[in-house]
Amino acid sequence: MAVVTRVNGPLVEVDGMAGASMFELVDAGGVPGEIVALKGAHATVQAYEYTGGLAPGRPVERMGVPLSARLGPHLLGGIFDGLLRPLDGAGVWLDPRAARTREGRTWRFTPLAEPGQTIAPGTPVGTVEGAGAVPYLVLAPGGTVSSIRPPGAYPADAPVATVGGHRVTMVWHWPVRRALPHRERLGEQVPLITGQRVVDLLLPVRKGGTVAVPGGFGTGKTVLLQQIAKWCDADVVVYIGCGERGNEMADVVAALAELTDPRTGGRLSERTVVIANTSNMPMMAREASVYTGITVAEHFRDMGYDAVVIADSTSRWAEARREFASRGGALPAEEGYPADLASALAAFYERAGRVTTLGGRTGSVTIIGAVSPPGGDLTEPVTTHTQRFVRTLWSLERDLAYARHYPAVSWAGSFSRDGDALARWHARHGRDGWSATRARVASLLGEADRLAALAELVGTGTLPARERVILLGGRLLREGFLQQSSLSPVDAYCSPGRTAALAVRVLETIDECLALTERGVPVGEIEERDFSPVLRAKEAP
Amino acid sequence: MSLIELEYTDVAELRGPLAVVRGVSGVGWDEFAVIRPASGGVRHGLVLEADRDLAVVQVLEGTAGMAPGGSRVTFTGSPLRVPVGPGWLGRVCGGRGQPLDGGPAVSGTLTAPVNGLALNPTRRMPPAEPVLTGVSAIDLLTTLVRGQKIALFSSAGLPHLELAAQIAAQAHAAGEPFSVVFAAMGLTHADAAAVRDTLETRSAAGELVLLLNLADDPVIERLLTPRIALTVAEHLAFSMGRHVLVVMADMTSYCEALREVSAVRGEIPARRAYPGYLYSDLACLYERCGRVRGLPGSLTLLPVLTMPAGDVTHPVPDLTGYITEGQIVLSPEIPGYPPIDPLASLSRLMRGGVGAGRTRPEHMDLAAQLLAALARARQAGELAELVGASALSLADRRYLDFAAAFTRELADQRGDETRSLEETFRRAWCVVSVLPRRELTMLGREALDAGYRPAGAGGEGQPSADGEEP
Ligand SMILES: Nc1ncnc2c1ncn2[C@@H]1O[C@H](COP(=O)(O)OP(=O)(O)OP(=O)(O)O)[C@@H](O)[C@H]1O
Ligand SMILES: [Mg+2]
Repeated sequence: MAVVTRVNGPLVEVDGMAGASMFELVDAGGVPGEIVALKGAHATVQAYEYTGGLAPGRPVERMGVPLSARLGPHLLGGIFDGLLRPLDGAGVWLDPRAARTREGRTWRFTPLAEPGQTIAPGTPVGTVEGAGAVPYLVLAPGGTVSSIRPPGAYPADAPVATVGGHRVTMVWHWPVRRALPHRERLGEQVPLITGQRVVDLLLPVRKGGTVAVPGGFGTGKTVLLQQIAKWCDADVVVYIGCGERGNEMADVVAALAELTDPRTGGRLSERTVVIANTSNMPMMAREASVYTGITVAEHFRDMGYDAVVIADSTSRWAEARREFASRGGALPAEEGYPADLASALAAFYERAGRVTTLGGRTGSVTIIGAVSPPGGDLTEPVTTHTQRFVRTLWSLERDLAYARHYPAVSWAGSFSRDGDALARWHARHGRDGWSATRARVASLLGEADRLAALAELVGTGTLPARERVILLGGRLLREGFLQQSSLSPVDAYCSPGRTAALAVRVLETIDECLALTERGVPVGEIEERDFSPVLRAKEAP
Repeated sequence: MSLIELEYTDVAELRGPLAVVRGVSGVGWDEFAVIRPASGGVRHGLVLEADRDLAVVQVLEGTAGMAPGGSRVTFTGSPLRVPVGPGWLGRVCGGRGQPLDGGPAVSGTLTAPVNGLALNPTRRMPPAEPVLTGVSAIDLLTTLVRGQKIALFSSAGLPHLELAAQIAAQAHAAGEPFSVVFAAMGLTHADAAAVRDTLETRSAAGELVLLLNLADDPVIERLLTPRIALTVAEHLAFSMGRHVLVVMADMTSYCEALREVSAVRGEIPARRAYPGYLYSDLACLYERCGRVRGLPGSLTLLPVLTMPAGDVTHPVPDLTGYITEGQIVLSPEIPGYPPIDPLASLSRLMRGGVGAGRTRPEHMDLAAQLLAALARARQAGELAELVGASALSLADRRYLDFAAAFTRELADQRGDETRSLEETFRRAWCVVSVLPRRELTMLGREALDAGYRPAGAGGEGQPSADGEEP
């Protein structure tokens, strides 16, 4: 019989586990957990609930399956913990011993296949109405459809079809640590429109791309990520609150439930799956939450949707891994993190991509992860490794945030490796000037920064007129274009058309000023001009 | 839980605050233990690790004076629970909840686990009403919101304890039932006496629970003090419907106790030898604040901490900042009392807690205007240091006048002075009125018409403002 031999917080060691396999789920004296190391018959288990009271000698039961996500029509609009157990049905206080209620409702199923038809794997055999902002497709393994239910309401776990000898239900179980398969990755690059000017113009992300958002506390990671969750042009958003605040989760849930999705007219919450594993919830379920989240996104990708995973914060996930490794006595690498930190991060971001699905559809998973570097130190291991694996980096700067310049994205310290390709996409879609505008804004910001550093040494007064206008131009770009308040009803979201127009307007103003200096107008006079119309243009409806 | 309490006598090892008990059976992790050393007395402990027949026990009173042989240890079969209820109100207790005021031990028909249970995030209600402290600089610029956690960052030698005690003495929820739980960790006798003094009236009124772990009390006891405070507070808030403010000072002492245990256990350290789980440990304390949908009370949390060497990147302030919803920063550069640096301070939930129907309609705009003007004044001040105040432009000099008026009329306040919101706003309007009206672009016309009064129109001895206004 398998028994507990040692308990140290979420780390549980078990004897008598011959025949068990890695990542298998167990019940250790009433506490659910997952096997993360095996040595002979001795297993190391990471527990998903508080282990208080768990004693050596208690029996352990093997569940025979790995940690899996229950994927189904209940996901959109729902709020779940890190193991994808619904939180809506749980009590006020999350008592580890209390049973969680499982929904007992039925879903309206409409068949899309005929008996006798032979289908490829990943093909939908039916759709479910009323399961969120987008139709939920019931995907099936390949084979011949031997039976299929007529339109009607069925429980999610009831078989609706038999395909290739498999019973197909509306629910799909998938081990979260393995990527759902797809046919091939696509090369063509399509932007994910976020509605944040600094991002869309200067530091864009593509559908299927990867973004890391490092920044010290209070620099605006959560606000930026929540803005993107609200306004980006994805079909499905998976928002993972990974070891962060409960009040923030309440806030984002309330906001999404109130806001109207401009594309569907429904509520934004209906296209969102919220995974809330706050910092006071069990640490190892936090570790699992990023995997369950990305599995949910892949599932919607396989239906042919563009899904976005937002993970706030990936540092808390890495810390959970460090904590567990250290309790298990693993040899630490940098700053106590286990040696597999880099490979785990790489594998996580590798699950992003825009693909042709097994069923032949096009879908994507974009990953946007916050990083919370200790002390704001960007040379710490999670930040440095993450930077290697992402295509886009939005680095948030404390100085900008202190000056209340939001979003505090550093234009100098960030990058997008897809910027040029995505600028070409805009050109193909009727925004010819995009690439030139982008280049001009970037170069002016860079030049203004360089001149500002110089001015600090020699004083602004000694700079030639043209350079003083560039300095002024930098300020106009920052205040009139880059700054974007999440609280402004008009400006919280900015369409690509408006983004381009606002940038052009500021650039034209700068050009006018340059022309004036060339005509001999004293620069002091130019600096004293009233620029409020161009600075306030972003607030005009 | 077994019916017969087994007593174990084989304490095999004593190491720092840890006792390793051998030959145990059925003892679970995080179980509460009672230790009777041969030298007499009773001590208490928590199981940090259960490894086959070994239990590693963290002794809250420390192991000083204990010897391996002769100690008797019993385990209670469950994690530590404490009595909860109104019996705590008005009491002064030690860091483990033992009475210090000569009264009987606090008892109650109800008990709750000291670690608490996680609040279901879907049952939380976003914080939306202010806790008023009577301190102008806080109520106006970094308003506390019911259910929020906001840290007080300070450095050695600054009056953070005075301020924390003043807030604890004065805070209220606009007439709704209000209580304060003050958890002191590692305070000196003199500091603790000063805190008790300030809180005397509130204690006598039965609105205060005071838990005192002093500098010469056992270090490990500190790990328990905030947990007891929060358990008691949660019950007052969510079962009794009171608005509760929990003040925890000094969290740096708490974290040092945690580091000490971690070091003795030979754990792999993260930054500055603090354990890697410091973030989660602090979060499990700080996240116990909030409001619950459908329940009347609230729990607001004010952790107080001294930044070693004033360094905000030190793990204790850094990780606290990553968990709390804003910070109030004390700085030696700021003249007067309380020396709050308004530009470094921020209440992230303020927007939801102020405005029409809560404080004043113009609250957010007025605060933003004051901060923007202070930022401008600071730049002017830096420039003045380089080139001399006389070389400043007229506009810059006005901002320096403004900053002086801000300190004198608004920020500076006595330690025993409660300012009403009316009084704070009256003073704030006087201060912004030092600037010409056209500079106040963040305030709406209506608010300006109602509140703007330049000198000569009823102000009290302000520096000259230009007389362009009617
Ligand atoms: N775009 C924005 N518009 C207006 N205010 C903003 C914006 N971004 C950030 N802020 C302000 O900054 C505060 C902190 O932002 P946020 O909570 O996103 O920080 P964070 O980087 O997630 O911090 P932490 O690491 O502690 O979670 C917000 O409460 C808000 O006051
Ligand atoms: Mg955040």
